[in-house]
Amino acid sequence: MRPAVPVGNDNMRKLYHFHGGIHPPSNKTQSTRATIARAPLPAKLVIPLHQHAGETAKPVARVGERVLKGQLIGMPDGIVSSAVHASTSGTITAIDMQLIAHPSGLPNLCATLVPDGKEEWAPRKTIDYRDHSPAGLQHLLRMAGVVGLGGAAFPSDLKLSLDKHKITTLVLNGAECEPYITCDDMLMRERAAEIVQGAEMLRFMLDAEEVLIGIEDNKPEAIASMRAAVAAGGHQRMEVIAVPTVYPGGGAKQLIRVLTGIEVAAGVRSTDMGVQCFNVATAYTIHRAFAHGEPLLSRIVTITGNVLHPRNYEVLIGTPIAELVALGVALPDTDSYIMGGPMMGFPLPSVQVPLVKATNCIIASSKKIFPPSPPVMPCIRCTRCADVCPADLQPQDLFWFAQSREFGRAQAFNLFDCIECGACSYVCPSHIPLVQYYRFAKSEIHAREHDKQLADKARIRHDYREQRIEREKQEKADKLAAREKAAQAARLADAQPLTAQQQAEQAGIETSRAHIRELAQSAVEHADEGTTK
Amino acid sequence: MFFSPLISKSDSVSAIMLKVLLALLPGIVLYVWYFGPAILVSITLASLTALGTEALMLKLRDRPIMPFLKDNSALLTAWLLALSIPPLAPWWMVVVGTAFAIAIAKHLYGGLGNNMFNPAMVGYAVLIISFPAQMTHWIAPHGMVISELTFPQQLDFIFHDVLPNSDTLDALTMATPLDTLKTHLHLDQPMRQILDMPIYGRFAGHGSEMVALGFLLGGLYLLASRIISWHIPAAFLGTLFVLAGIFHLADPAHYAGPLFHWFAGASMLGAFFILTDPVSSPTTNKGRLIYAAGAGLLTYLIRVFGGFPDGVAFATLLMNICVPLIVLYTQPKVFGKKGSQP
Amino acid sequence: MLSALLVMSAIAAVLGAVLGFAAIKFHTEGNPLVDKIDDVLPQTQCGQCSYPGCKPYATAIAAGEADINRCPPGGEEGIRKLAELLGVEFKPFGEDAVPKAKSLAVIDESTCIGCTLCIQACPVDAIAGAAKQMHTVIASECTGCELCVAPCPVDCISMQVIGEKIANWKWKYPVYAMTATT
Ligand code: SF4
Ligand code: SF4
Ligand code: SF4
Repeated sequence: MRPAVPVGNDNMRKLYHFHGGIHPPSNKTQSTRATIARAPLPAKLVIPLHQHAGETAKPVARVGERVLKGQLIGMPDGIVSSAVHASTSGTITAIDMQLIAHPSGLPNLCATLVPDGKEEWAPRKTIDYRDHSPAGLQHLLRMAGVVGLGGAAFPSDLKLSLDKHKITTLVLNGAECEPYITCDDMLMRERAAEIVQGAEMLRFMLDAEEVLIGIEDNKPEAIASMRAAVAAGGHQRMEVIAVPTVYPGGGAKQLIRVLTGIEVAAGVRSTDMGVQCFNVATAYTIHRAFAHGEPLLSRIVTITGNVLHPRNYEVLIGTPIAELVALGVALPDTDSYIMGGPMMGFPLPSVQVPLVKATNCIIASSKKIFPPSPPVMPCIRCTRCADVCPADLQPQDLFWFAQSREFGRAQAFNLFDCIECGACSYVCPSHIPLVQYYRFAKSEIHAREHDKQLADKARIRHDYREQRIEREKQEKADKLAAREKAAQAARLADAQPLTAQQQAEQAGIETSRAHIRELAQSAVEHADEGTTK
Repeated sequence: MFFSPLISKSDSVSAIMLKVLLALLPGIVLYVWYFGPAILVSITLASLTALGTEALMLKLRDRPIMPFLKDNSALLTAWLLALSIPPLAPWWMVVVGTAFAIAIAKHLYGGLGNNMFNPAMVGYAVLIISFPAQMTHWIAPHGMVISELTFPQQLDFIFHDVLPNSDTLDALTMATPLDTLKTHLHLDQPMRQILDMPIYGRFAGHGSEMVALGFLLGGLYLLASRIISWHIPAAFLGTLFVLAGIFHLADPAHYAGPLFHWFAGASMLGAFFILTDPVSSPTTNKGRLIYAAGAGLLTYLIRVFGGFPDGVAFATLLMNICVPLIVLYTQPKVFGKKGSQP
Repeated sequence: MLSALLVMSAIAAVLGAVLGFAAIKFHTEGNPLVDKIDDVLPQTQCGQCSYPGCKPYATAIAAGEADINRCPPGGEEGIRKLAELLGVEFKPFGEDAVPKAKSLAVIDESTCIGCTLCIQACPVDAIAGAAKQMHTVIASECTGCELCVAPCPVDCISMQVIGEKIANWKWKYPVYAMTATT
């Protein structure tokens, strides 16, 4: 169906094409004029214990405890989980529920850390990754709290678990297709060598043959800097490739497709198809973790939009967003703040929520830059949405099913292949919040599956209990019968050793008993006669 | 609460519909050029009726009125219907047809986006079934008939059913080129002789072929501005071309050629404006090809072997019925999956 | 016209036949009706349906003895599923059976005298503890059936509504006004 169309580029490599995509105004140049700056130490850090996909980390620091920079305060709990650390040295003043950066606007468990300003490090252990087994390195990453920094915050160690599959290609994602966001761009411009070394570590752990670094061709500086770093480091079979600028070309599946031609469907692990994809910032973090012994304590964040000084900052995890906004100086008509880009981001419930590992960008929003959506009209089935869907879905049908709560049909029409990129909503002439419908349907389906699991578990426990009660009843009855039998046997056994005299006595008693019984019998009979008269 | 994405392309339903209306203009201008301004009367009449009916139905259905009135979709239905029926049709026919199209074919099915059938074609079908006689009185192009009505006389006829003293309707109007061809073929006249009649022009009806050319022009504009995809016009015109070509090659004396079928009747209007109605056509590209090819086949069959003057309307309606099934069986391959789903 | 109609009806007939055939061919012969109904029921085992558990209620429905709107924990969604499964009309809850927010039993551990009555009442063995010792509810196993509340002689068990947390939060159905710009 889809031929491998070579796309015009200055690489020697044949690139592939994915269906659809859009070209929204990129709005990136505002925040790339200045270099990355280090944000000052805030007066208070609020460090959520759930910053990654999966289970919340278990708090291992006590309230009142003094912690050092890089000290573990949240222990990974469960298979899908990751560690959380103190971003600086100071005192833990609270471990409680606080508002976090989540579309629900609900609170979650956080540790509050008041810095002492000393930046005193916990012991750091640098390692040469070549001396370790991939499994050992994986554990180190988990304990260093390394998660994907592209947005989904999936624990990186889990993406390195391989079964028998041979990994041919490691894709490094520097595409950064979403408008406004420039944190990866700036990181690649300024710290290319470290990214490339991180990539080398990933290659080692995956035992991958080649490394392809995909960067959208609207970032020529980043491409040049990365190419220079690859050349300077003498890295073999590692290539920086300019990919066409099209949203969502930075989606992992889309970038893998563009670079290798491989399509990874929903529910399929890309490693099963011989490729794995990591964000450039994740590679950088892995390098920091191994070569410097530093867990993930800070990240690069773009502050842009309706601010006076759009720029990228290196910010400690847990810094209140308000501090960042103050650095950028939000303009007076700012009415809300978006975490992420304008395509997939969400409005923050409060500007006081802390920055987390997944925060790549904060956009100050105003009516001017993000005007409210025009009235929503019915779907006219124009299929502009289908024309731009990078997953080759039929968004208008999915919308119809989600709207009428026909979740089964939505699933049959591949709802879960939707990557929620928002391209469909972007072009919809009826301005339908399509992605919102898909999110609703997906979470409804998940909730139902969860309920079903609970119900099945309850059924098993109930059946088990019924059986147990039945069995106990049976056992009790059996026991009773057994005891009766034993008593009888005992009586018989007791009857054996009697002397002749005793026997004579017993016989005497029995005869007198028989006599009494006779008397009683006749008395009853007489009585009967008496009553019948 | 607002939802991501927070940005959108500045395009709207009303803008799209407006562009389609604009694309009809070249055809309409040529219509007026060759057949006089009467068509403008029926377009105006239909437009007013459509807007009125739309507002009324929205009110009855308790929907917000202004956003829908401004979406231009009712206007488009009105224009398409007006362009499909004879301009000299009495005013009440235009009103009845348009009102039926909007009230029944559109709103009883759930309004914008939910109508299974193309409303304009439903209106047309109702008219041709209920008033077959009035539907055959087409204005002749300039210089075709002995006496021509002036514009005031035309208005008089449309609104009061009054003709200037001496004239009869038959002297003033004529059948469509398609109809004429059918009638004369029935009389066993050879094709060449028929096509030499003054009513025929370069490749189809005199005047009407130019109007069709106008619609083709507008259609190309729609294609260029990506409001419609190429699938439906290509498959429809292609099927028509191939079928007409085969029959014409086999028996040129009895079957008109492909170009005739392209430019006669509502072929161009159908290919670019009627069959492409997004709401009542398939949503998959493969489905669009099947749907339009089916419509082409039916149009040809109805034109050549059926009893109605043109087949586009009925072909459209019949294919509308098949749309859900066509869509179900032409689902495209999903990213990373094998074969089409589900 | 007629020929066209005939062609179309022929196509429709053929496609209809194909669909019908597929429906028969791919029809899955599954577990008997009672199990299918039981599968849809929420397994709270609360007895609010007036049967001593979900399975007995399922049996009664299958036998045609019980209505499909008797199970409050299943909610309207549950009725809808039953209606679909049995091919009958949806039937709203009566006044006597109204769904409540899902909740969990919580034992006030300072008051508990360790009488084990609640353990005996729990249909899914979700209460742990031995005689004369304090008891606790295993939250992940509790179905919220409330059966343990009544037997407690010291009234130390209460039902607490499970609130919305990040872990169970769901994206909402999009609500927006179709603003009339008149
Ligand atoms: S773009 Fe919008 S109106 Fe068009 S088909 Fe998709 S959902 Fe419907
Ligand atoms: S949000 Fe989903 S349906 Fe919409 S374009 Fe993206 S992948 Fe396709
Ligand atoms: S009411 Fe309670 S016992 Fe009855 S079916 Fe529903 S959950 Fe089960």
